[in-house]
Amino acid sequence: MTTETRTSGMSVRAQTREALQAGGQGLARLAQLVLAAVPGFVLPVGAAVFAGVMAAQFLQYYFPASLVALSVAAVVGSAVAAACVRRTADRTRRFLQRWYGIRLPAVYDPLPKLESDERGHWWTGYSYHRSQTVAKYAQLVHWGLRDRTTRAEMLWLVVNPVLVAALGGAVGLLLVLGTAFALAGPVPADAFGPMSPRLTSIVLSLVVGIGMVLTGIVLAPYAVRGYAEVARRVLDQDGRATHAQLTRRVAVLTETRADAVGNQAAELRRIERDLHDGAQARLVAIGMTLGTIEHLMETDQEAARELLAEARQSSARALQELRDLVRGIHPPVLAERGLGDAVRALALDSALPTEVFVSLPDRLPAPVEAAAYFSISELLANAAKHSGAEQVWVDILYRAGLLRVTVTDDGVGVADPSRGTGLRGIERRLGTFDGVLAIDSTSGGPTTITLELPCELSSPRTSTSSAKV
Amino acid sequence: MRVVLAEDLYLLREGLIRLLEAHGFTIAAAVETGPELLEALLAHRPDVAVVDVRLPPTLTDEGLQAALKARREIRGLPVLVLSQHVQQLYARELLADGTGGIGYLLKDRVFNAGQFIDAVRRVAAGGTAMDPDVIAQLMQTTSRRPGPLLGLSPREREVLELMAEGCSNSAIAARLSVSDGAVAKHIANIFSKLELAPDEDANRRVLAVLAYLNGTAGQSG
Repeated sequence: MTTETRTSGMSVRAQTREALQAGGQGLARLAQLVLAAVPGFVLPVGAAVFAGVMAAQFLQYYFPASLVALSVAAVVGSAVAAACVRRTADRTRRFLQRWYGIRLPAVYDPLPKLESDERGHWWTGYSYHRSQTVAKYAQLVHWGLRDRTTRAEMLWLVVNPVLVAALGGAVGLLLVLGTAFALAGPVPADAFGPMSPRLTSIVLSLVVGIGMVLTGIVLAPYAVRGYAEVARRVLDQDGRATHAQLTRRVAVLTETRADAVGNQAAELRRIERDLHDGAQARLVAIGMTLGTIEHLMETDQEAARELLAEARQSSARALQELRDLVRGIHPPVLAERGLGDAVRALALDSALPTEVFVSLPDRLPAPVEAAAYFSISELLANAAKHSGAEQVWVDILYRAGLLRVTVTDDGVGVADPSRGTGLRGIERRLGTFDGVLAIDSTSGGPTTITLELPCELSSPRTSTSSAKV
Repeated sequence: MRVVLAEDLYLLREGLIRLLEAHGFTIAAAVETGPELLEALLAHRPDVAVVDVRLPPTLTDEGLQAALKARREIRGLPVLVLSQHVQQLYARELLADGTGGIGYLLKDRVFNAGQFIDAVRRVAAGGTAMDPDVIAQLMQTTSRRPGPLLGLSPREREVLELMAEGCSNSAIAARLSVSDGAVAKHIANIFSKLELAPDEDANRRVLAVLAYLNGTAGQSG
C-alpha cells in the first residue's frame, strides 16, 4: 500500500518502472512460495502413494489387499504430514515476517508431563498405557489434535498448496499463455488499414501476449499479498495466537513479579536484621558505656578513660557495619558514578586481574544498573573462586535498547547453573527485567557469560548539573 | 591557615568548623553544594580545602568533581576529601596528576581529632594522606596479584604503605621502631625498584604512592 501513495507524484515512466520492479519481486516471492509449498504437499502425498502401492504389491494375493493398502497409505501419509506440519507453517511465518513484517507468534500449549503410577502404567493426562513409548505417541497425537496452534498449522498444510496452486497457477498461466501467444499464436484477423491480414494477426497476437505477460507481472505482488492475508487468517486464527502469546506473557510477568517481590521482602528482612543485631545494638552499648563513664568520672578516672576508648572503637565498628550494609543495598560508587565506574571499582578490588571495557552513552535506569552491577559482582566472585583463571575481561556495551555484558575468564570452564545458586540467582534477578543469561563454558575453558538486559536510557543527571557550573 | 570547607550535613559542618578553628585554622568559607564549592575555591584560593565527596544538588560525587576541577585551575591546590566510604578508584583519580597535596579519608577519622588535624596539615604542606582502609584494600589485592610491587621486600612494602598514608620519614621510623637512616635507605630502594628518577623528594613520594595504586590495580579503566 505504501508504494502507491509514494508513487502518486511520480512520472508515468517512474511509476511503470516501479510497478515492474514490484512485479518482479512479486514473481520471485511467488516462486519461493511454490518451492516452499512443494515438500509440505508432495512428501506426505508421495509417501502415502508409495506406501500404498508397496503394500498392495506385497499383499496382492489376499482378499482385503486394497483396504490394507489404503490404511497403510493413510498412516504413512499422516505420519509424514505430521513431520512436515510445523516446518511448513514456520516457513510461511518466516516469509511473512521477512516480507511484510507480520509477526505470527507460534504459541503451543505446553506438552503435559508423562506420569507413571504404582502399577508402572503411564498416564498421559487422559489415558493409561503399558508402554512408555506408546504413551508418548498417544499423548503427542492427542496434544496435536487439541492444541489450537497445531490445528491451525494442520489446516495450513492443506490450504497452503491449494492456495499456492491457485495464485501461482493463475499468474503462471498468464505468463505462459502470454509468451505462447506472443511467440507462436497468430490471432485470426482481417486486414487493417495498410497492413495485410497476416501482419495484423502477428501484431495483434504480440499485443495480446505481451499484455498478458505484463498483467501477470503486475498481478504477482497482489497474489503474494493475498497469500499473506490468507496465511495470517489461518495461522493467527484471527488474533487468537496473539492472544495466547499475551496470556503466556502475563504468566511470565506474574512469575517474575512474584520473584521480585519475594526477593525484595527477603532483602528488607535481611537489612532489618543486620541493623537490629549490628549497628543498633552497638549504639545501645555505646550509650550504656557512656552512662557508666559518667558515673566513673568522679571515682575512677583511669577506668573511665579505658571505657571511653572502648566506646570510640564501638562507634567505629558500628559505622563500619553501616557502611557494609549500605554497600550491600546500593553500592556508593554505583550511586555516584553509574555502572561503568562501579564495575571498574569492583575490578580494582577483585582478586583476579580484571580488564573492564565500557561503552555506555549515558546513565542507565537505576534498577537496571543495580541488577547488572550485582550480577557482574557475583560473576567476578565466581571467577575468582571456582574458575582457576588468571585474567578476567568484562565488556559492557549498550546498543539499541539492549545492555549487553560479557564476562570472560581464561579458567577451566564448566560453569553450570544447575550446580550453584549464584547463576540461578542472577537469572532470577535479570528475569524481572526480561533479561537473559547465556553461559558458554566448555570443559577446559574458557568461560564466557553473557547478560542481556533490555532497557531505555535515563536522562543524564550528572552532566546537566555540571554543565550549569 | 585558611580553609574552605564543603559539607552538606549541618551538624558535621558545624562540628568541623569548631574543630578546625580550635586548632588555629581560619574558615574562609563553609559551603554545602558542589557549584558553591568550586566558586569558593576559585575565589578564596585557600591553603587547604576539606571536601565531602557527596554534595548537593546531585548528591553523587559532586564534591570530588568540584575539587578535581579546581585543581585543574589552581595546580597543586591542597584538597582533603572526606567520604563515608573509600574507593581505590577515587584515590587514583585524586592522585592522578602527581602533584601531591591530596588527602582521602573516611569521615570516621574526624573522631580522632589529633590524627585528622595532622592529616589536614600534611595535605596543606603538599603531602598525601590516604586512609588506612584504602591501603588495607590494596594490601588484599596486591598479595594475590602479580605486579611491579612484588619486587619489594616485606619491609619496603610496609614503608611504602606508611608513605601512602602520608607519614614523614621520622614518623615511619617511629611506627616501625627503626632508625631514620634505615627508613631513608628503604625509601631509596623503593624509588629505584619502581624506577622513579631522582626528582624533588616530596613529588617522588607521591609518584611512588601512585605507582602503588596503579601497579596493583591492573590495567583496567
